Amino acid sequence: MTTTASAPRRGGSSAGIRRGEGLAGWLFTLPIIVILGLFLFIPVLMALWVSFSDWSGRGSPLSSNVSFVGGENYAAITSGGGLAERNFGIALRNNAWYVLLVVPLQTALSLFLAVLVNRAVLRGRGFFRTAFYFPSVTSSVAITVLWLFLFSTTGVINEALSWIGINGPNWFNDPRGILHIALGAGGGSGPEALTSSGFLGITWWEWLAGPSVALTALIFMAVFTTSGTFMLLFLAALQNIGVELNEAAMMDGANAWQRFWLITLPQLRPTLFTVLTLGLIGCWQVFDQIYTGTQGAPGKTTITPAYLSYTSAFTDQQWGIGAAISFILFLIIIVFTIFQRWALRERAVSRRRRRPYQQAVAAAEARKVGAS
Amino acid sequence: MTTTTALTQEAVLDGPPAPPPPRRRMPPARIVAQVLLYLLLIVIAVIYIFPFLVQVATSFKTDTEATSDPVSLIPSTITFAAYERLFTRSDFPLWFANSAVVTVLVTLGRVFFVSLAGYALARLRFRGRGVVFAMVVAVMAVPSVVLLIPKFLVLNQLGLYNSYAGMIIPLLVDAAGVFIMKNFFESIPPSVEEQARIDGAGTFRIFWSIVLPMARPALVTIVILSFQGSWNELSHFIVSTQSPELTTLTKGVAGLASGQLSQGNQYPLKLAAAAIMTIPVAVMFFIFQKRIMNTTEGAVKG
Repeated sequence: MTTTASAPRRGGSSAGIRRGEGLAGWLFTLPIIVILGLFLFIPVLMALWVSFSDWSGRGSPLSSNVSFVGGENYAAITSGGGLAERNFGIALRNNAWYVLLVVPLQTALSLFLAVLVNRAVLRGRGFFRTAFYFPSVTSSVAITVLWLFLFSTTGVINEALSWIGINGPNWFNDPRGILHIALGAGGGSGPEALTSSGFLGITWWEWLAGPSVALTALIFMAVFTTSGTFMLLFLAALQNIGVELNEAAMMDGANAWQRFWLITLPQLRPTLFTVLTLGLIGCWQVFDQIYTGTQGAPGKTTITPAYLSYTSAFTDQQWGIGAAISFILFLIIIVFTIFQRWALRERAVSRRRRRPYQQAVAAAEARKVGAS
Repeated sequence: MTTTTALTQEAVLDGPPAPPPPRRRMPPARIVAQVLLYLLLIVIAVIYIFPFLVQVATSFKTDTEATSDPVSLIPSTITFAAYERLFTRSDFPLWFANSAVVTVLVTLGRVFFVSLAGYALARLRFRGRGVVFAMVVAVMAVPSVVLLIPKFLVLNQLGLYNSYAGMIIPLLVDAAGVFIMKNFFESIPPSVEEQARIDGAGTFRIFWSIVLPMARPALVTIVILSFQGSWNELSHFIVSTQSPELTTLTKGVAGLASGQLSQGNQYPLKLAAAAIMTIPVAVMFFIFQKRIMNTTEGAVKG
């Protein structure tokens, strides 16, 4: 772009007009480069260093009395049989169950809601859309406070359950895994084959406990707060679908159910994929709800890797371990992100459609869907 | 566009098997389907709205009534005790003020920096543009929760820990926002700018007085996202501040929820705090409802 600025004649060559653009370009992007560099790139590098060091939280991690310890911190959380490993194993188990339940539920519910409200001849369409979307705009802290009340022992949920003769559980104080409950095992011990060995410091039996009752309440909350955002993504996609195919299928005598599965759903595939991966990415970032609501209790069953990395560093002053946990978490999330971007690039979405679509995705990402 | 899609959907949902029904009179089966549909929608809507109604109602109840009768929407004795306590005998007003200051500054800053960068990436030709854009896209993938420890380390190192600067500056830039603005600027025709350039206007002049006013719809999107994002932000404030004077609403109310400041459940107090902190985003939401509900179209076409 170094232009030999020939004297612009009568409006001039575009090269002459565009003189100084190089400088302007850098000046315009300087603020974001500085801030992103200072508060994203450098922090990540520093934390990477801390995850390989024995820094105890005193003074600067860059000072000379902090030493390199190799993979010691990583080893402590992935092997060795210590408390750090066990905690990490529990956190991974909790979050894995959370993902396993939240992602399919939020995807199915949001698609269902989108299909319901995507109709011109629907009275109160705006009202319904607003109602379904509203939980998505409120803060995770406010929603968690509300949830603690709704799911308290004497709360609304248990009151409602009592109307149909069900004695509701003590939600946020119940550490029993729901699969264990379903198997009738409560907190008791499982079969020898599953309790004698395990992975990451917890036995297979514990891995298979399912989310605790407390975590289940948080799972409901995640579905409640994210379905609106994803509903909007599906709505945007539904509005891009042409009617021709559907009409042709109608002529051929396909019923509504068949048309949904065979015509509409295949066309929604890219969006479905986006929602699934955004959900996967968001669900591994659960932090606010735990910090506000349960602090990992009861019985560590609501600890997540994000929350564990925070408490390891800020509460227990084990900075190396905290940083190591967040890098493993980073790795998990980045794998899904790269997979999503790679797969979406492959999809043949026309350019015209792609832009508004990417726009909606960017907006959804900016809203931190799933995390709140 | 809406009509055609709606037709599709209508067909998908409850059209009878074979040929389209006559226009005027609905067959009974269809009426039943319609009624069931509305019933279903209403039930779901109640499930979505009821929690917020309960929240407001409970904030006006006494502590005992909140536990003994959690469901009723009309308190048997209406009391303002929770609000009185929040506003006169707690740091709640301070938290609110901190959140307001941070949110306003972050939103203003973000709108400016993000559109500046988006414009440069969309329109200005400069060496390294591709690299800068690649960086923005890469940054979008970095999840904020893994930055908790890293951000603390850098803020501490820079001496910004426990200051307004440390709370605000890291939030001033949002990669997704840059992406949205870049896309928008690429969608508007460059002819107007070319004309201005020929007339001798400088790059910043063109950006500020010609391009930016045209970008209003996209800017509104950025304002909504920034406002909502920074008002609801929790984790960044946890790792960037410590002193009570810098506590924001999210951090303060999270503390309330986990039992500081209170003995017993004190649900009315907590729910009142949560309700008040929802008001600003709710107002924002209802003002820009149309645009929010039309994310895609709003952001691109305006």
